[in-house]
Amino acid sequence: MEWDATLLSRIQFGFTLGFHILFPTLTIGLSGFLVILHGAWLYTAREEYLRLYRFWLKIFALGFGTGVVSGIVLSFEFGMNFARFSQATGNVLGPLLGYEVLMAFFLEASFLPIMLFGWGRVGPRLHFLATVMVALGTFLSAFWILAANSWMHTPAGFELRDGVFYVRDWWSVVFNPSFPYRLAHMLMASLLTAAFVIAGVSAWHLRRGVHAALARRALAVSILSAAVFAPAQILIGDLHGLQVARDQPVKVAAMEALWETTEAAPFVLVGWPDEAREANRFAVEIPYAASLILTHSPTGRVPGLDQAQAADRPHVPTVFFSFRVMLAIGFYFLFVAWTGLVLWWRGRLYDRAWFQRLCIAAIPLGFVAVIAGWLVVEVGRQPWVVHGMLRTADAASALEPSAVAGSLTLFVLAYLVLLGAFLAFAFRLASQGPETAVPPQARRLPRTVWRATP
Amino acid sequence: MDLALLSGLVIAFGIAMYVILDGFDLGVGMLSAVLPQKEGERDLLIGSIAPVWDGNETWLVLGGAMLFAAFPLAYSILLPAWYVPLLVFLFALVFRGVAFEFRPRAHRKRVWEFGFAGGSFLAALAQGVMLGSFVEGFDLTGTAYEGGTWGWVSAFSVMSGAGVVAGYALLGAAWLVYKTEGELQDRCYRAARRLLAAVLAFVAAVSVWTPLAQPAIAERWFSWPNLLYFSPVPLLTGIVAWELWRALALRRERAPFVYTVALFLLSYAGLAVSTWPYAVPRALTIWDAASPPATQLFILVGVLLLLPLVLAYTIHTYRIFRGKASAGYE
Repeated sequence: MEWDATLLSRIQFGFTLGFHILFPTLTIGLSGFLVILHGAWLYTAREEYLRLYRFWLKIFALGFGTGVVSGIVLSFEFGMNFARFSQATGNVLGPLLGYEVLMAFFLEASFLPIMLFGWGRVGPRLHFLATVMVALGTFLSAFWILAANSWMHTPAGFELRDGVFYVRDWWSVVFNPSFPYRLAHMLMASLLTAAFVIAGVSAWHLRRGVHAALARRALAVSILSAAVFAPAQILIGDLHGLQVARDQPVKVAAMEALWETTEAAPFVLVGWPDEAREANRFAVEIPYAASLILTHSPTGRVPGLDQAQAADRPHVPTVFFSFRVMLAIGFYFLFVAWTGLVLWWRGRLYDRAWFQRLCIAAIPLGFVAVIAGWLVVEVGRQPWVVHGMLRTADAASALEPSAVAGSLTLFVLAYLVLLGAFLAFAFRLASQGPETAVPPQARRLPRTVWRATP
Repeated sequence: MDLALLSGLVIAFGIAMYVILDGFDLGVGMLSAVLPQKEGERDLLIGSIAPVWDGNETWLVLGGAMLFAAFPLAYSILLPAWYVPLLVFLFALVFRGVAFEFRPRAHRKRVWEFGFAGGSFLAALAQGVMLGSFVEGFDLTGTAYEGGTWGWVSAFSVMSGAGVVAGYALLGAAWLVYKTEGELQDRCYRAARRLLAAVLAFVAAVSVWTPLAQPAIAERWFSWPNLLYFSPVPLLTGIVAWELWRALALRRERAPFVYTVALFLLSYAGLAVSTWPYAVPRALTIWDAASPPATQLFILVGVLLLLPLVLAYTIHTYRIFRGKASAGYE
């Protein structure tokens, strides 16, 4: 492996993207919960919903600000570090990013200030509308950016002339084969992550015996949501897997560390994929399981890594292990959520210390699963940047390696400082908990409430 | 219909919006290091832009995305050529941006105040440097930039950087004249007068230096009948500068900001005259760099449908937060 501008640019892009995705993951999901909390306040006029809303709004704003600024970096990195990629794909991907800005960024940027600073300046209904608009903005942002990303995995609706992509059909470009699955998978991941952040922080409050009344309500809302989201996510993931097996079989072979095309392929539970020997060491396998998952038949034929030259395969251990981390967290979420469901059914959700510990442990896991999932997706696409069409090696700018090494170093240092600061402030906010009384200008409720039941 | 021209106009509009709107944000950021003297005044300064900075910055992202979509060739040449100043700019925007959320929650506020003011300064400087190197033009072999990592450095680009710093500080001071009152407002008036003098000096320097250094630009301005067509630009600049000076002397509250914006638009028009019709000056025109009609149409339909909506709710947000700034929003 040579430390050239391409490799350094890839590391830099991966690092800055990995940092950025933490924040949208939190804010897309949280914006949904904020809509629920605000709506519940308007509907019931109970102040506890308003207090919960204002508490989670602070954490949302902290994450949103960091997400915005780290996202701007990315929109310029395409051109700075991957000029040849930009030249080749600008006709296709440029407008998708343009639509993201026009539809999503302006919407968020205009309505978030109303959410944050609009108390007393606008009535509760306009405030609710602002909350809905921001949630809509985060969804639209995910829609367009994932359309662009999905196109790089399953390009469609184009023709390639002299190394440049030309669009033939915009509908096929946007709704390319992997897009609906990826969009659903990412949105669900975000909702699950946010649900377990809320559940974990609420469980933490309960364990410390503070803000108990509000924490109970938040724990119930988040765990009951997660009890629906977690199995839904596993189902979506399964469907997504089938689509990847169809469109990017080499990636799936790397996920499974399946070296030879096999009928009745086993699922490798753990093991060490040895690229030099093209075999797995220390493998613990479940017979027939991979065939069952990928073909829904125990003896189905699963294409192995042998379908591609060694130079056309991704780095197998990275894809293999990241996939397992993501799966393990997905099933942990299912376990915690359904355990919580049973406890709730029995009226025991709020007083089981061991369950509270399970929830607190889940706080960072959604983020870990998202990073792991993106590693599977993006490393699994290598050595292509546009699958089957444009190689990553032909995508980078003609930069001096020293320039990229310098910028990468700065990004690592700066982002570690920012992450540390963000975590410290988020911890401080979470530990303070919801305010005990809502300031008067935020409580205006005259006749704008849909159903006033004090 | 000339789609490339239309896209070029949309980008020019987006950049103008960015320069004016984030310009006053960055100016307020720089002034936050020097203007406040009393407890709470810095909160007031930051509070004056807290509800609008994110939307203002979004115009930059629109410009970037539109450039990628409509002129991918220019996007892929300009951005690597500006690798170093763009990175400085982006890091500066990152630290400026997080300061809004981090500072109120920090025990050591000074760190984030430094990031806020320093980030604003570096962002303005880097923008000016890129502007200067844009006016100077680019050396290409085919579609590859030949200037290397440091090709953007020149006396002209550095001076241009300083000019933009002064210009944004003036915009910020004029905004603060409108948003503050009392003793703090007095200081804003004084700062604005000094900054106006500096800005006019920079405008004059650029106006002399550019045609001297680049015969093509001299030809553009001084050949007949162009001289006649373009003469309103310097004339109006003189009139607006005079009116701005008077508005500051007469202590009017809104007029200084309006005149400063006019001054910016006139400078912008002057630069457009000098660099037209290039997407990458002296190398590629907007038509050379344009993406095919299918792409241009698709994005322009979106722009024409959505931009009026965006402007409508942007104005709505400004209206909600109009009036004198207050620090204690939350």
